[in-house]
Amino acid sequence: MFTKSALRRFRIFALLPLALLLSACNFVVLNPSGHVAAQERDLVVISTILMLIIIIPVMALTILFAWRYRHSNKSARYEPDWEHSTHLELVIWSAPLLIIICLGALTWMGTHLLDPYRAIGPGKSVHPSAGNAVPLDVEVVALDWKWLFIYPQYGVASLNELAAPVDRPINFRITSSSVMNSFYIPALAGQIYAMPGMQTKLHAIINEAGEYQGFSANYSGSGFSGMHFAFHGLDDAGFESWIGTLKASADQLGRGEYTALEQPSENVPVRRYGSVDADLFKAILNRCVTPGKMCMNDMMAIDAKGGLGLAGIPNLMPVSYDQFARSGAVLGPARSYVAAICTPEDSTAAGIAGPVTPALIGTTPILGSGLPLPSFMLNPRSTTSAIDPLPQPSNT
Amino acid sequence: MSPTPVSPIFGRFTLEALPIHEPILVVTFAVVALGGIAVLGAITYFRLWGYLWREWFTTVDHKRIGIMYMVLGIIMLLRGFADAIMMRLQQAIAFGGSEGYLPAHHYDQVFSAHGVIMIFFVAMPLVTGLMNFVVPLQIGARDVSFPFLNNFSFWMTVSGAVIVMMSLFVGEFARTGWLAYPPLSGIIYSPDVGVDYYIWALQVAGVGTLLSGINLICTIVKMRAPGMTMMKMPVFTWTSLCTNVLIVAAFPILTAVLSLLALDRYVGTNFFTNDLGGNPMMYVNLIWIWGHPEVYILILPAFGIFSEVVSTFAGKRLFGYTSMVYATVVITILSYLVWLHHFFTMGSGASVNSFFGITTMIISIPTGAKMFNWLFTMYRGRIRFELPMMWTLAFMLTFVIGGMTGVLLAVPPADFVLHNSLFLVAHFHNVIIGGVLFGLFAGIAFWFPKAFGFKLDPFWGKMSFWFWVIGFYFAFMPLYVLGLMGVTRRLRVFDDPSLQIWFVLAGFGAFLIFLGILSFLIQIAVSIRNREKLRDFTGDPWDARTLEWATSSPPPAYNFAFTPIVHDNDAWWDMKKHGYQRPLEGFKPIHMPRNTPAGVFLAGLSMVLAVALIWYVWWLAAISFVALLATAIGHTFNNNRDFHIPAEEVVQTEGERTRLLAGHAGA
Repeated sequence: MFTKSALRRFRIFALLPLALLLSACNFVVLNPSGHVAAQERDLVVISTILMLIIIIPVMALTILFAWRYRHSNKSARYEPDWEHSTHLELVIWSAPLLIIICLGALTWMGTHLLDPYRAIGPGKSVHPSAGNAVPLDVEVVALDWKWLFIYPQYGVASLNELAAPVDRPINFRITSSSVMNSFYIPALAGQIYAMPGMQTKLHAIINEAGEYQGFSANYSGSGFSGMHFAFHGLDDAGFESWIGTLKASADQLGRGEYTALEQPSENVPVRRYGSVDADLFKAILNRCVTPGKMCMNDMMAIDAKGGLGLAGIPNLMPVSYDQFARSGAVLGPARSYVAAICTPEDSTAAGIAGPVTPALIGTTPILGSGLPLPSFMLNPRSTTSAIDPLPQPSNT
Repeated sequence: MSPTPVSPIFGRFTLEALPIHEPILVVTFAVVALGGIAVLGAITYFRLWGYLWREWFTTVDHKRIGIMYMVLGIIMLLRGFADAIMMRLQQAIAFGGSEGYLPAHHYDQVFSAHGVIMIFFVAMPLVTGLMNFVVPLQIGARDVSFPFLNNFSFWMTVSGAVIVMMSLFVGEFARTGWLAYPPLSGIIYSPDVGVDYYIWALQVAGVGTLLSGINLICTIVKMRAPGMTMMKMPVFTWTSLCTNVLIVAAFPILTAVLSLLALDRYVGTNFFTNDLGGNPMMYVNLIWIWGHPEVYILILPAFGIFSEVVSTFAGKRLFGYTSMVYATVVITILSYLVWLHHFFTMGSGASVNSFFGITTMIISIPTGAKMFNWLFTMYRGRIRFELPMMWTLAFMLTFVIGGMTGVLLAVPPADFVLHNSLFLVAHFHNVIIGGVLFGLFAGIAFWFPKAFGFKLDPFWGKMSFWFWVIGFYFAFMPLYVLGLMGVTRRLRVFDDPSLQIWFVLAGFGAFLIFLGILSFLIQIAVSIRNREKLRDFTGDPWDARTLEWATSSPPPAYNFAFTPIVHDNDAWWDMKKHGYQRPLEGFKPIHMPRNTPAGVFLAGLSMVLAVALIWYVWWLAAISFVALLATAIGHTFNNNRDFHIPAEEVVQTEGERTRLLAGHAGA
């Protein structure tokens, strides 16, 4: 008996190897280095605890009831026709309900606070030292199967390598060249999809220097496993010198280079570009890197004005270049694209210098009587335009 | 890479499409072929073809169709599990520069096929099979509303399964994941036959599922025994009704979205392409508007099984029947309001994400109420720990963990860090294995004696139970851990060596599950061998409560010689309590539907049509389409659809039962 109880006392140590195993691991989701990811981690932990309030009693009662009311236990009460109790029903519906009310409130607040589209500005939600820094803009392109990062403020780009200064907000704008991916650096912030022809945004901040893993979290084809990159959190000086190494690179990233880069390739090593076509990201996003292809934003603008009508029909060109150089549907027509109607090169050739700004005619939105102005028109900066603000109620 | 030229005779099929250069597939093919030849040889040797054709393949008896569904589900489980263990092995060894043993081209097919097979051709047939077998018996009916349609539905499901299996040896399967998101699944990025196999397998099987849904709704609504009002239906029938309502409302969406994808791939439309106005986000929304209800299509019948099992083995009425029913209905409705939680990370606004997150959480309220109802059914009961009850307890302890991680994933910011990770993989296996599969095993152990007249062997059943349950925890708890370490799903190779131990543990778990499946098969074999010892003479081996136990095991073709009259929720329990006497005379001829081969032909032609479309063999597609229409129209002229079981035969069958019952009255 003695040995048995003594053994029982030390039985907990049997779990020791497991604990060692756990401690050796890097639980990056539970121990992130960025403010956004840390708040997301908090939500994971708080929600779990909230739910355990009900899960643990249910598990304990399951075992207790199963044991207590086993067939061989004739001393337990047996009431074969007991099937209803209004009080008990109230409890079993209201207990989960209360938990979900709490969790729902938490979800509503958390989702709005941690909306990836929400900029990290000065205030409580930001690390103190981030107060005055101008956010770092990064344009992210998911390619088959590598990541391209463009730093428009510095005019440089890097492939499969990303760096950001510690405590400076980062504004990511994300798209994809071909298929869906998900841009995810667990230590920094939650993920968001990278989708072709669409732009998603992510706002984040890294608070500890270090090297972290980033990758695609959405399966995208055969090279998916190798689609990861290093994310460096650097101090300001370190970041400046890292940008310096990019600038020192002789490689340039123009439309032609991008078209070559866009071809599928796997496990691509880090590459750095000393200069980048300033409009490249916009062209990728609007799927018009190939010269002569109409950009999606132009197409949408034309369509919003009513479209080109019948003139739009012949405005199609056969696809000659494609990333995969494959033909389209077996029974369908040959693949085509919509030709650009007017390119910047055209306007230069036509001798028009600089962007043309047509005069605005009657842009005042039609308002129902008594409807207030939309908020963007109340912005003092926009009042400098030709729009006359309507008279406001006297109390503003 | 230029597209394969389309030959007018063979379409795009060439000898290249046969994977003779992939040793794994060649060996698999050899094993499958040998096994197949052995089975076919045995059937021929024992002269079973005629019997199988007349009594099984062409049958319209809901019990036999149900059993065939179960057989299909179990065969496909072996295939789906083979895929699972291949993935576990690959992920356990592909570390430190090792590429593992599967190239991307093969690995990507394996995980896609695993998901498709496990959902569409394992879980769905098993669930449909149980509903088919049990529901008419439980409501005191002689068959389903549309017996021929039932047979046709089954064969359509088989055709879908055959198409998927074919992709293993002729051509390839999709390399897109089980939901085939475009643009990856579009013709530009997946020009090969894989996605076409996916589309047509699901379209063919989807017709079967939809028709069987309509059939069971009609059966439950129109064919209940007198006295069985809606609120006196057994809970399994209620959950079946809700599941089939979900099927009828959700599967057309799947059909539509796959049709749009097929149009993109075949005729060059631009619904989901990147250019010319297409938008892949529409596909993701549509497929999940089907996909989320699909999860409840699977779990609701399992909830019903647990309800039947708990009250039977606790020897007690189900606690809170009414709230159980309302909980089921609420889940049915809410399951349509949550689909967006599968892609919070797509960048919807915070309000949209919150809405779908909170509706998802609300589903956990009725689910929690159900859990408490089972708990309080056990309370003050007399619990017999037979195999179905063991599965139920394992479910109650396992499912709450999966439910908890599910609600966690419904918090959008938590989902941002856990989406697509192995945490997610662990979560849905936790609810599908811990909920649906445990439920199905409980149901199989529970109703097997009803279907075959003898119980399953308890020893091998318990072996299977423990291997499955322990194997499940070994296989999926490490995946939760890996998910918290930020490891994403569908990866083929890994760099970080510290992760390997967890994959090895998960692989060990998969091996335990393999032993569980093996034990299950042994259990069936041993039970068949010892069937005389395990024989159930009473028709009610568990002292159960609902109508299916009022008739003999196995039930006669007509189920009930006289339609029972229902006075209480637990109709059979009520009858037993009030000293019900079987009527021994006054039998009349029974009107029954007649067997027909039309279902086999229609489904076979659909399969030919699908294969022709997959391989661009247009002439064959045209011929099989015309033949399909002609057969369908031809069948409408078949007026020889019913017959009467003569009264003498009923008298004889019932007389035998009377003698059996008398002979074993003391035993």
